[in-house]
Amino acid sequence: MADPTLTRRDFLEKAAQGTAMAVTGGLLWGYLVLQESRAAPFALRPPGALAVQDFNATCIKCGKCVNACPYDTLKLTSAGGDLPIGMPYFEPRKIPCYLCPDIPCMKACPTGALSPELKNINDARMGLAVIDIENCLSWKGLRCEICHRECPLKGKAISLETHPRNISKHAMFVPLVHSNVCTGCGICEKACPTAEAAIRILPPALVQGKIGEHYRLGWTIDTQITQDFKPAPAVTLPPSSQPVPVPTTAPGMDYLNSGDL
Amino acid sequence: MSERDPLSVRAEALASTRKLHELSVTGRLWSWRYLVLRRLVQVGILLLFFGTAHWAWELPKKTPLLTGNLSASTFVGVVPMTDPFAALQIFVTGHMLQTDALLGAALVLAFYLLLGGRVFCAWVCPVNLVTDLAGWLRNRLAIRAIAHLPRSLRYFVLATALVLSVVTGVAAFEWVSPVGMMHREIIFGLGFGALALLAIFLFDLLLLKHGWCGHLCPLGAFWSLVGYAAQVKVRFDKSTCTHCGECARVCPEPQVLNLKKLEEAGQVVSGECSNCGRCTALCPEGSLAFDLKPLIRAHLRQAQGSGTRDS
Repeated sequence: MADPTLTRRDFLEKAAQGTAMAVTGGLLWGYLVLQESRAAPFALRPPGALAVQDFNATCIKCGKCVNACPYDTLKLTSAGGDLPIGMPYFEPRKIPCYLCPDIPCMKACPTGALSPELKNINDARMGLAVIDIENCLSWKGLRCEICHRECPLKGKAISLETHPRNISKHAMFVPLVHSNVCTGCGICEKACPTAEAAIRILPPALVQGKIGEHYRLGWTIDTQITQDFKPAPAVTLPPSSQPVPVPTTAPGMDYLNSGDL
Repeated sequence: MSERDPLSVRAEALASTRKLHELSVTGRLWSWRYLVLRRLVQVGILLLFFGTAHWAWELPKKTPLLTGNLSASTFVGVVPMTDPFAALQIFVTGHMLQTDALLGAALVLAFYLLLGGRVFCAWVCPVNLVTDLAGWLRNRLAIRAIAHLPRSLRYFVLATALVLSVVTGVAAFEWVSPVGMMHREIIFGLGFGALALLAIFLFDLLLLKHGWCGHLCPLGAFWSLVGYAAQVKVRFDKSTCTHCGECARVCPEPQVLNLKKLEEAGQVVSGECSNCGRCTALCPEGSLAFDLKPLIRAHLRQAQGSGTRDS
């Protein structure tokens, strides 16, 4: 495009003006994009989603995962929401992920934002179930345990543990989530019968702590020191003069209803 | 070029314009043929996406017809298509795409290299529906210009999109793109993206003629660059042209119809031409028509050869 009327001055001037406009607009634009991309941490992504930063970069916002989901679990965020625009997410209280074994959403992803390295749906880590023990029916002492029974990895992702109860001798059976197994599918959150779900899926990074390297759990480490450790010899107390009471029933027979303890 | 009487030149041009205005109803409709066809293609593509997403349009054996959207899609379950500009932005953030997406980008690029880069803008992009409406209304209401921006601004916006993708680590245009917004929200449900389109509509209508598509859109700029190498071009026949200027009046990018350049090259060279076909269907003398670049070249060489023989 050799235009003879274009002088060097014109050219430099035009280039500078264009650059100025691009930089001014670019700063505003960049700010918008950064704000949007930092709004990400609360979003629950489909199975196989890369870490937040990589997912934000590689998701091309095509919605093919949404098309592929047979349960209408996945939605694309619209503009103006509190989640970054145009990317797939799901709200388990509305529709959880039902853990299709063939992972159609991941297979539909053209860019690898939903990583094809996910071979087994049970290895998905979409989030982590967290229990609000103040509002959990099981922790109130009711035999609810719905989350435990509905969990597709029952007994592994959510186990039932006994817990002593203050008002009676009956133990409580309370659900306990195991982060190394929980997929974050949200079926528990969907099933929870309380008015607001007492078990919820959150991105693990928001709720999980980390012990750090500097705490040494000595009893888990098989070292010279612990093996050489000899406890001090037990102090034998002089025999008590009080006679030991003889139980009237066999031990454990009826202690729950005996009134003492 | 031989000098002609300026009065007769003007009379010829006026005669051409009159020819256009005296068209019968069917003739007028025929002169809109590409416009009608473009609207059908634009809406048809939207409908294919929408039908697949909402009404489960599929071929036998449960093959969905057209899944995804303009960013990336799969046609009849096998043909991958990816927006090459989106792929480029993702690539510069430092992320490699899967082969499927890369193949799709290559396919789409090849398609537009054949048919003309900005064929996307005129025939596919849904925002074109909005901006064409604004442009038409602006003409109707005879709204005068209050602002001027250089049309080359879009290339600076394109460069900014790529620089920002590197700096922010996300595909910068895809995160604000009204094109993507409109398409997603039509296919996957409405949100506030309609406001962005309203802004574009008002900007085009009241502030700057062809403001978004012709000055700012970096996707259009990307396809303009591709368009320079495209094979389908608008051929220009200078022997029949009467300089009536009707083509430039309907052209959304009238700078591509620069007469001097047209006469030199015998075709519209600029990639900013969107091959919308308005001028070709409208030209009262048939001086403008779609043709293949190699054919135009051969034609031109032949014409020049015979021209030198004649003189």
